Amino acid sequence: MTADSDDRRGFLMLTAGAMAAVGVGRMAAPMINSLNPAKDTLALSTTEVDLTQIPEGEARTVMWQGKPVFIKHRTPKEIEEAEDVDMANLIDKQTDDERVKKKQWLVVVGICTHLGCVPVGQKETDAHGDYDGWFCPCHGSHYDTSGRIRKGPAPRNLAVPPYEFLSDTVIKIG
Amino acid sequence: MGHGERTAFENPVIEWIDSRLPIFTMMQKEYGVFPTPKNFNYFWNFGAIAMFMLVTMIVTGIVLAMHYTANTHLAFDSVERIMRDVNGGWLLRYIHMNGASFFFIAVYIHIFRGMYYGSYKRPRELLWILGVAIFLLMMATAFIGYVLPWGQMSLWGATVITNLFSAIPLVGDSIVTLLWGGFSVDNPTLTRFFALHYLLPFVIFAVVFIHVWALHITGSNNPLGIDTKGPQDTVPFNPYYTIKDSFGLVVFLMLYALFIFFMPNALGHPDNYTPANPLVTPAHIVPEWYFLPFYAILRAITFSIDIPFTDITIITAKLGGVIAMFGSILLWFVLPWLDSHPIRSAKFRPVFRYFFLLLLADFIFLGYVGSQPADATMFGLPLSVFGLGATAYYFAFFIVILPWLSKHEKGRELPASIHEAVLAKNKKKAVEISE
Repeated sequence: MTADSDDRRGFLMLTAGAMAAVGVGRMAAPMINSLNPAKDTLALSTTEVDLTQIPEGEARTVMWQGKPVFIKHRTPKEIEEAEDVDMANLIDKQTDDERVKKKQWLVVVGICTHLGCVPVGQKETDAHGDYDGWFCPCHGSHYDTSGRIRKGPAPRNLAVPPYEFLSDTVIKIG
Repeated sequence: MGHGERTAFENPVIEWIDSRLPIFTMMQKEYGVFPTPKNFNYFWNFGAIAMFMLVTMIVTGIVLAMHYTANTHLAFDSVERIMRDVNGGWLLRYIHMNGASFFFIAVYIHIFRGMYYGSYKRPRELLWILGVAIFLLMMATAFIGYVLPWGQMSLWGATVITNLFSAIPLVGDSIVTLLWGGFSVDNPTLTRFFALHYLLPFVIFAVVFIHVWALHITGSNNPLGIDTKGPQDTVPFNPYYTIKDSFGLVVFLMLYALFIFFMPNALGHPDNYTPANPLVTPAHIVPEWYFLPFYAILRAITFSIDIPFTDITIITAKLGGVIAMFGSILLWFVLPWLDSHPIRSAKFRPVFRYFFLLLLADFIFLGYVGSQPADATMFGLPLSVFGLGATAYYFAFFIVILPWLSKHEKGRELPASIHEAVLAKNKKKAVEISE
């Protein structure tokens, strides 16, 4: 066999192999993608909440996309604590204004950004951590009255879900 | 498994089969007359014991799967039904549940035996690497199996562990959503975990087969860590080690039975008998005991790595913890190259032996740290400080101490052969008795 035909054969082997790899990849894609959220899972993606049920100083937990969302009716003291913070002391720097639509209502996803536990602090009698907000019992993350991470292993503030005020007293999450 | 020299069997049926598929010849060669070092101690039982546990888990698991329902509304109740209504269901479940623990006990002893006697060294590197792969597969299988009863620990353990992947920069969150099939650990997660929990043991079985194959190419290491030099150093596997393995297995099974029948929940968590509730995290999430040292390493990293004098964080505390945890096991893959000392057995490496036993104590201590709540203290200091120290030693052992010892440890003189060492030992014993 000459070197020339060796090259041609080698080239054909290479292209055939490459095509086979593309084919396998193409077949693998739908199977992997089928593991992503299905349409019915995606459909459960908005929740409406009546805020008149939550007195000042209290909080409620509602479910959105299978996750707990904390809705906190903040007291003036808590609002002040949230606003009166030196940005330099924050791990994930965000002002309180960036995190709320109306000052007295804080809406955050109640899932610790470390490894996904639900922090405690929704009830008066719960632990609230060193910053008067929430405390994650799993690995000791402390969140303040704006749901911002202040101490512990969590990297980010409690997420603010997309929401809008449908009226003064009703919000739609999602 | 090749063809070639094959001695005929007397039994005509066996001979008929063997001449077409020499499976009996292979068994005879690999498990009958297979030459095995004659100086094994009882630490060499645990490979066979682990194999027995794998089969036990597969057999009980298949039967349990016939009674289990992988649906978040039904899973917990179906497990309770197994416990109360299914004939002998409680026994099957307790065998399976405690079987996971005893599988890990056997495998941990097997792994640390390999480290102590240098079984990972040339020419057994690939054998060792396959073993580490089996260990990783076991961890994955055990973790997803723990999710299936859908108790509080199932749900929150799954949440914490799957969230580890969100630490990966850029694509982390998409990966977690892909793992979950939703926005939290929920029904899609449970069904895929069940499918994988059924699949992975067979993958393990396949890798174990290759692991044993590789073992039978190089032959076993032994407590002296020296090569066999001839027939005087070995005995046939059968009956010598079939009997020794069987004896060790029976002792092991007695301990296992003690747990199954008298303290079946001692190694589990009461929280997992509470149905999963996505709104309430248990106050103290702990993984099963066999993950605790690695869990402690995960939690030990509470600081981020930043570029000095700027706000830029290169590695967040979360990512750092995840890297440390996975890194602590992945290091085992390169252990044969971290430790390139020519002597295998710790018997002849007193300095290595000292540091290794310290590592063992360190590993057990990490397990203790992992079992405690996040805000625990010891001697008035936060326990996390000790966890960080223990983590530091763990990594120092592999990354600093082993390479350093490889170059500088002198080691003791090795015996000329297994045979001579065994004879010398017997002679010493005989002298002691006669005195």
